[in-house]
Amino acid sequence: MELNEALFQFCLRRGDDTHVLSHRLGEWCGHGPVLEEDMALTNRALDLLGQARNYLQYAGQVEGKGRSEDDLAYLRNERGYVNCKLVEQPNGDYAHTIAKCFLFDAWHLPFLKAQLDSKDEQLAAIAGKAVKEATYHLRHSSEWMVRFGDGTEESHQRAQQALHDLWTFTGELFETDEVYTTLQQAGIVPDLGPIKEAFDRTVNEVLAEATLKRPEDEFMASGGRKGQHTEHLGHMLGEMQFLQRAHPGAQW
Amino acid sequence: MSDVKNLEERFQERIDDEQKIEPRDWMPDKYRQNLIRQISQHAHSEVVGMLPEGNWISRAPSLRRKAILLAKIQDEAGHGLYLYSAAETLGVGRDQLIDQLLTGKAKYSSIFNYPSLSWADIGAIGWLVDGAAIMNQVMLTRTSYGPYARAMVRICKEESFHQRQGYEIMSVLASGTEEQKAMAQDALDRWWWPSLMMFGPNDADSAHSAESMKWKIKRESNDELRQRFVDRTVQQAETIGLTVPDPDLKWNEERGHYDFGPIDWDEFWNVVKGNGPCNRDRMKARREAHENGRWVREAAAAHAAKKAARKTAA
Amino acid sequence: MSNDNEKDWPLWEVFIQSKRGLDHKHVGSLHAADAGMAIENARDVYTRRGEGNSIWVVKAEHVHASNPDDAESFYDPADDKVYRHPTFYTMPEGAKYI
Repeated sequence: MELNEALFQFCLRRGDDTHVLSHRLGEWCGHGPVLEEDMALTNRALDLLGQARNYLQYAGQVEGKGRSEDDLAYLRNERGYVNCKLVEQPNGDYAHTIAKCFLFDAWHLPFLKAQLDSKDEQLAAIAGKAVKEATYHLRHSSEWMVRFGDGTEESHQRAQQALHDLWTFTGELFETDEVYTTLQQAGIVPDLGPIKEAFDRTVNEVLAEATLKRPEDEFMASGGRKGQHTEHLGHMLGEMQFLQRAHPGAQW
Repeated sequence: MSDVKNLEERFQERIDDEQKIEPRDWMPDKYRQNLIRQISQHAHSEVVGMLPEGNWISRAPSLRRKAILLAKIQDEAGHGLYLYSAAETLGVGRDQLIDQLLTGKAKYSSIFNYPSLSWADIGAIGWLVDGAAIMNQVMLTRTSYGPYARAMVRICKEESFHQRQGYEIMSVLASGTEEQKAMAQDALDRWWWPSLMMFGPNDADSAHSAESMKWKIKRESNDELRQRFVDRTVQQAETIGLTVPDPDLKWNEERGHYDFGPIDWDEFWNVVKGNGPCNRDRMKARREAHENGRWVREAAAAHAAKKAARKTAA
Repeated sequence: MSNDNEKDWPLWEVFIQSKRGLDHKHVGSLHAADAGMAIENARDVYTRRGEGNSIWVVKAEHVHASNPDDAESFYDPADDKVYRHPTFYTMPEGAKYI
């Protein structure tokens, strides 16, 4: 596989991961459990959206066909989206939202830390900014996992259920394919081994403190990186892309 | 009795002397009640006001617009929070205030009972609704109650981008495709009159005005503020080629102001009474958020209590 | 509707230092279940525009305030002690760096 094509795909993946998660968090805006938390979630949504824009702008640049961040976000179909399935899952209750963020953060932070050493300067620079944000995100989601697990009986149950429902989507975070290995050989993306170790460590520590059980690794979902998603993504894009699709070429 | 009179006189002297009233100062009970009503109503408006704009976050037409809209709505949450805090200095808890909202005892600005039907509405809300709110809020930075005034200073500082982003949306649409232009004009048509109603009834019919003015909670009348808003906004509409939907609108050289047509106060009172297009939806959304959040708030409180107990035991 | 007063999060006063070397200044208050959460909420609420370098929080119930009725006896006596201010003193003409 050509390096440039692999880099383009990788940027789309990171851009779609962060954009789709940000979009889900944006759905909470105005509906959070308490004002303070509403604001915290929106901060997180804004951080992720900023990262998404960085990745998508860079993807457009790497591709070299003049596509903008908005072209890439608003004019690709469901089959062209390459985010992991974890982030597209509906918000559910607050435990599901927090658990989704936590599992993502536990992978995202060590990934970004490793990305700091990327041979691709632009990716290293994006990570430089994002790593600070992800540090705070992991702290926020970890603390809520502990509050839920070690809170009330109801919150414990809800958090355990959320982990159970979402665990199947964690496998995809550590998948490699031709895109990934091509970039890894070029020193552009990190070895996933140490990242998986860091993920396991974080998950085990936080869940222990939260008195929650780590689900067994059984069937792991896959397909997001090939544009084969759960049915939820199509609805999200239908909504998200509506104006751009209804008014082709218009400025906003 | 004469003691109370004395206190009241001193209180009024302080107000007349432009000194701020602070939480622990003596104040007439009616001043306190009036403030609690007004500040909490203001706080509720910020929080309910998140809903019509939130309606378009997931459909924002570009990533830049989405970021701006998220940041703006987040500000409204912050402003609600600052205002609840200011109200809490008067000895009432946020939970009580929210209760009053959810049981329908407390009001919020009726403007948020109108629906946001197109992307241009997001422009119109920022430009007109925030524009109208700013008139009021700038006045309130000089209100007599210290915590309220300080909250308003912070709010006004943050609000300064809200109106501009709305006007920017409108101006881009107004110079866009025919469909976009129509969208912008339609939004102006629908939001213009409700925006004028935001300033409240005419001075002659305003229930709380006289006392609020005496105590300098309010410092300018509803009609004065409304006139200022019209004077500023008409020019802005013209600049981007949109038409204010008022056949009676005319510059009055003698007054140095625009004359404008009569406001449909029947519509206003009807919406205040709960019959606006979205009253029920707004309250339902707030109640659901509150109810769905209950177990979350309880979990955090329970965990904090457990942690504190463990610390004491250790 | 909600009768969960005892489960409500307490109120915290927030103090922010905007720049190293400056005082922490009171900026407002918020609700949080514990001190750690109060600091994070303060970060999310009160430092969104780069206002922050350091945060203090203190439970509102732990703030003790002077009584406004004592104002005259507390503060007025300081008014006539003009000799506490450098401008009170007459320096001989021509003296430098003083």
